[in-house]
This record gives sequence, C-alpha cells and structure tokens, in this order.
Amino acid sequence: MFDKDALGKIKTAKDKWEKEILDGALGKEKERKDVFTSISGEPIERLYTPLDVSDLDYNEQLGYPGQFPFTRGVQPTMYRGRFWTMRQYAGFGSARESNARYRYLLEQGQTGLSVAFDLPTQAGYDSDHPLSMGEVGKVGVAVDCIGDMRVLFDKIPLDKVTTSMTINAPATVLLAMYLAIADEQGISYEKLGGTVQNDILKEITVRGQYIYPPRPSMKLTVDLIEYCFKNVPRWNSISISGYHIREAGSTAAQEAAFTIADGIAYVQACVERGLDVDKFAPRLSFFFNAFTNVVEEVAKFRAARRVWARIMKERFGAKDPRSLMLRFHVQTGGVTLTAQQPLNNIIRVTLQAYAAALGGCQSLHTNSYDEALCLPTEQAVTVALRTQQIVAEESGATDSIDPLAGSYMVEALTDKIEKQVFDYLEKIDNMGGTLKAIEKNYIQKEIQQSSYRFQKEIENNERVYVGINKYTMEEAPPANLLKVDMKVGQAEAEKLRKMRAARDKKRWEKALENLRKVSEKNENVMSAVIEAVKAEATIGEICDVWREIYGEYKPKQSF
Amino acid sequence: MRKDRKIRIVLAKPGLDGHDRGAKLLVRIFMEAGMEVIYTGLRQTPEMIVATALQEDADVIGLSSLSGVHNYFFPRVTELLREKGMADVLVVGGGIIPDEDIAGLKKAGIAAIFGPGTPTTEIVEFIRANVRK
Repeated sequence: MFDKDALGKIKTAKDKWEKEILDGALGKEKERKDVFTSISGEPIERLYTPLDVSDLDYNEQLGYPGQFPFTRGVQPTMYRGRFWTMRQYAGFGSARESNARYRYLLEQGQTGLSVAFDLPTQAGYDSDHPLSMGEVGKVGVAVDCIGDMRVLFDKIPLDKVTTSMTINAPATVLLAMYLAIADEQGISYEKLGGTVQNDILKEITVRGQYIYPPRPSMKLTVDLIEYCFKNVPRWNSISISGYHIREAGSTAAQEAAFTIADGIAYVQACVERGLDVDKFAPRLSFFFNAFTNVVEEVAKFRAARRVWARIMKERFGAKDPRSLMLRFHVQTGGVTLTAQQPLNNIIRVTLQAYAAALGGCQSLHTNSYDEALCLPTEQAVTVALRTQQIVAEESGATDSIDPLAGSYMVEALTDKIEKQVFDYLEKIDNMGGTLKAIEKNYIQKEIQQSSYRFQKEIENNERVYVGINKYTMEEAPPANLLKVDMKVGQAEAEKLRKMRAARDKKRWEKALENLRKVSEKNENVMSAVIEAVKAEATIGEICDVWREIYGEYKPKQSF
Repeated sequence: MRKDRKIRIVLAKPGLDGHDRGAKLLVRIFMEAGMEVIYTGLRQTPEMIVATALQEDADVIGLSSLSGVHNYFFPRVTELLREKGMADVLVVGGGIIPDEDIAGLKKAGIAAIFGPGTPTTEIVEFIRANVRK
C-alpha cells in the first residue's frame, strides 16, 4: 500500500520517535510486562505501523466485499443490507417445553431457530437406553421419533423460519424427521432453509458426540450433503465447526487451521463421491467461536475467509464465487464465562458479539451470563438476545463494511494468522491429510497443549482473568437456576413404550430392513432413513442398524 | 498406603457428556504432581468406573460432568464403592455443578466438588491431604 520512498520516511520517523520520545518514557516507567501476548499466546507489538504491512497488496489480499478473496466480507452490502441472523441455541426437557421456548424467542424478535438436542439424541440412543439415564432432556430436547419432532415444531411453519440443528453423528436421522414434518405441513423441500451441523470430524477430535469410526461417519456425512444438494437446495448441509476446537483450548489460529483442515476433508470426500464442487460448495457453512480479544478475533475471521477462498479456487478449482465464500455462524465463547461474578459475563459476551459483527458473521448466538452455572434461564437468554440487538442497532458496527480494515494491527494479525493456518495445512497434508492427522492424535494433542499453556498462565498469574485470579470477592450462592426435571426421562420412556406398541409393525420392519439393505450396498441412505422415520422407527433403532454394520468408534487416549 | 507408592487416580467422564477439556487437563496436572493417572475416556457408566477403580487399585476417583447429570451419577458411584467394600476410595467431582447440589453430593460421599475456575493446585493439595493413608 506504500511505496518504498514513503516507507523509508516512516521508518526514519519511527527510529527518531523511539530514540527521542519512547526511550525517555520507558526510562521513567517500565511497561507492565516484558512481553505482551494475546489470549492465544501470540506476541503483540507495542505499536503497529505501515512497516508491519509493507507488503500488503490491497486488491490482491483485501479486495471488495462480495469479491475474491472475500477478506472484507461475503456480501456486497453486508449489514447495511440486513443484519446477521440472530439465532439463539435453545432446547431442553420435552419437545413441548422447547416448542414453547422457540415460540417465545420468535416473538422476541429472534429470526431463526437453533435446536439443542439432549445427549442421548446426539449419541443416537433412545430415551430408555441405559446410557441415557439421567441425561434425557438435560442439555437439549429429547427427540426419539417423528412424534417428538411434530410437537417440537407445532405451530411453527417450516417455510417461514430457518432452523439450525446441532446434530452430527445421527444428522441424517434428524434431518429426515424434519423433512417428514415438512411433508406433513405440506411444504415442499425447496422452501426449507436451515442447517445441520453434520460435522463428525470435530466430534472425534474435540466434542465427543461420535458413534461410528471416522470413515463410515464420513460416508453418512457425504450422503446427507449429496441428498440436500439434489433435493433440499436451500439447506446448509454441513456446518464445519471450529467453535468446539476453541472451546477445547486451541488458539485462534489453530481454530481456523483445524476447521479449514476439516473443511478440506469434506470437500475432498464429496469430490471423490463424484459431486461437482460448484454444485455443493455454495451450501457449505462454517461455525466459529468469538473470544473477548476483539482484534485477534476479527483478524481470525478475515484470515479464515481469505484462506478458504484460496483453497477452494486453487486446490479444488471452484469457479462459482459462492463456492469460494466462507459463510459462518458465531457463538460467543462458552469457556470464557466465569461462574464467579456471573453478571460480568454480559460484558464478555458484548465484546465477543462486537468482534463477531466486526468480523462479518452471517449469524450469531450470544451466550447467557449464567451458563457457567446451569442451563440458561429465560431472563439470561433475553439479555443475551438483547446484547446482539444492541450491537446491531446501537454500536455502529453495522453501518460500514469491515470497519477495522486498514488498521495496521488488524492487517498484520490477519496476515500472521493466514500464514499460521497455511503452515498447519502443510503439516497436515504431509501427514496424509486430515483423517490421518486425527488418527495420529496430532490435532488433538496440539489443542491439548494450548489448553495446558493457557491454564498455566492463569495459575501463574501471567494472565489476568477477572473474578478468577484478580478482583475476586465473596459472593452469595447464585439463586434462580434453571432445573430440568428428572421426571422428563421417565415420561419420555413411557411415551416411547406406548408409541412402539401402537405403531404399524409391518411398515416399521420393512423400513428398517430396507435401510439395512441400502446401507450394506453402500448406497445413499437418506431416502431410506426418511421412510424409516415415517414408519416411526426411533433414532436408536436406526443408529443400531449402522452400529451393526460399521461398528462403534473407540478413541485411543494419549497424553 | 505404602510410602513408596504413588497415588493412583481414575479420572472418569460419566454419562454421555463430551466436555473433556477439564478432564484431559487434569490428567496432565496429576501426572506432573507425581500421581498415576488412568483416564477412562467418555461414556462411562458408574459400573464401568467402579470396575476400573477396582482393577487399577485406585486410591482416588475423579468424576467430571458438565451436562447436569451429577446428581444421578456421582452418588451411584459411591453407592457401588460401598457395595464392593471400597468405601475408602476418595471420590471427588468437578464440572458445572450448582452450589445447591453440593450438600447432597457430599452427604452421598463425594469428598469435594471443584467448580469452574478452581486452581488445579487446590485440587492436587486436596487429594494429597485426604487420600487414604
């Protein structure tokens, strides 16, 4: 951006400033620390100047919003056109209770639904399975069969909302139920909008809700992607997730790197299935975290967009601009919340939401301040939603596109994260790709190492965490926490028993038999799954068919 | 406990909860503190956890839960320990556990609950001070 002559003058002036002004100031008073680092442990300079971005080529590296390499945003008008989708992740107890929370959130101005499923549903077990004990309806809603899905979306027209479902290993089953409900509501698949997470690789590395080994899991993932692009064209068939990688302790650069590495593995698998990259790539979406260090987060989002665009273009030869766009959802950082002085979390979430807005997210979930204590209460959920409404409507972050661009620091960090991401990708390529790197525990160990470093920094008081190692105080135990009734489990099990007794046995048997045949022949399973859920097969029964064929995943632990 | 023997600790994730950042971190912290650590991984039933503790001759069981199922799983573990005559095994827990649940868990035999933000040194010291001697 600067010619040699101008840079020379800037350098001369900087040297002069250091000698005449800075040295004197440092002589009088030392800085607070010898080395300043970001929350990711990255060294941060005292001052960024044009000298730190001397190689920056504006058209090449930044360009314009809606244009390659999309550093400045994926849409030409960004939030001047419309705000991001405000999408609060919610769901607990029975389908009936969750349906009430969804309708409340829609009335409060939320624009999209985000369904949290309980752990048995996420792990493909029915509510009456022994491992489901105590977990039914706890961290999300319990969905065993199409009847639950019908109640969950009662009086919510599926063509008027977009629905994001956090479901991975059994994503095919939950999407099949959603499609079956659309059939019941008389809505054609072309009109459905939404997302399934469907990202099994991060379940294996960090999130833990896996069922099958990596390779058959990838097969199911690609089945869903293939089916959607043929039949449910507006559906985001995967949400490639860095959120949980960050939650597990990674740095910002690792979050971007390992997410993009997962993305590469999915694109590669789809290409190997014979899909045309420009047909499915526009429906890929991403999901990132946002921590409190605003500038580092903004740099991460911008770098991730630029890296993805280059990879899709250069490695996969994508031509459609939509294939090159990294569109992403953000959730504010769950692990950044403290149980101590929980109201402070509102401020953390505000900064994180602000970072997401400045970084150009397409949708956003803001965490509730009480989440380090319990599942969020309605009051806390409302404050969280209002937080993003204030960022959108009052902060000014939405008036101009990519407002931090051109900041010497933001551009320097964007370049640095981009380089770190490409370095990781090269290492992973050299190992034989993402699946190999996961099988070797490489990605998991890198994340654990960062998590360890961070913990040590806090415990050695090298990094301040308000309310944890500084500004602590005695507090009364928090009151009014949300409780999920243990009886939900019994009620769900009872409902299941009745449903199993009443369903059409012949139709059910035939549907599961067909699913088995299709799966054994290695064909796309989606149509057979839709038939099975319509025949009232449960999630556990469907997942068991594949447990028998594929086996179950058991990770090796290594430290 | 014999003086020449290291403290043996089984770290377990009961139920279906996949949040294992804390558990994995503690594996390393306990190892550095000179303990023998057996990490069970995810999806453990109370029966599996107690069987591991028996087989490994554990002095301590650490239970981690962030999904709200502690009131069911933690007391079940101490109950099974009593049934097997292993009541002298120290059981501690951590994760997202509301304050109001702690009294009940302690009554059920969980020696301590370590919530978010607890310094790991505090956990190590507690174990050293309270493990069977």
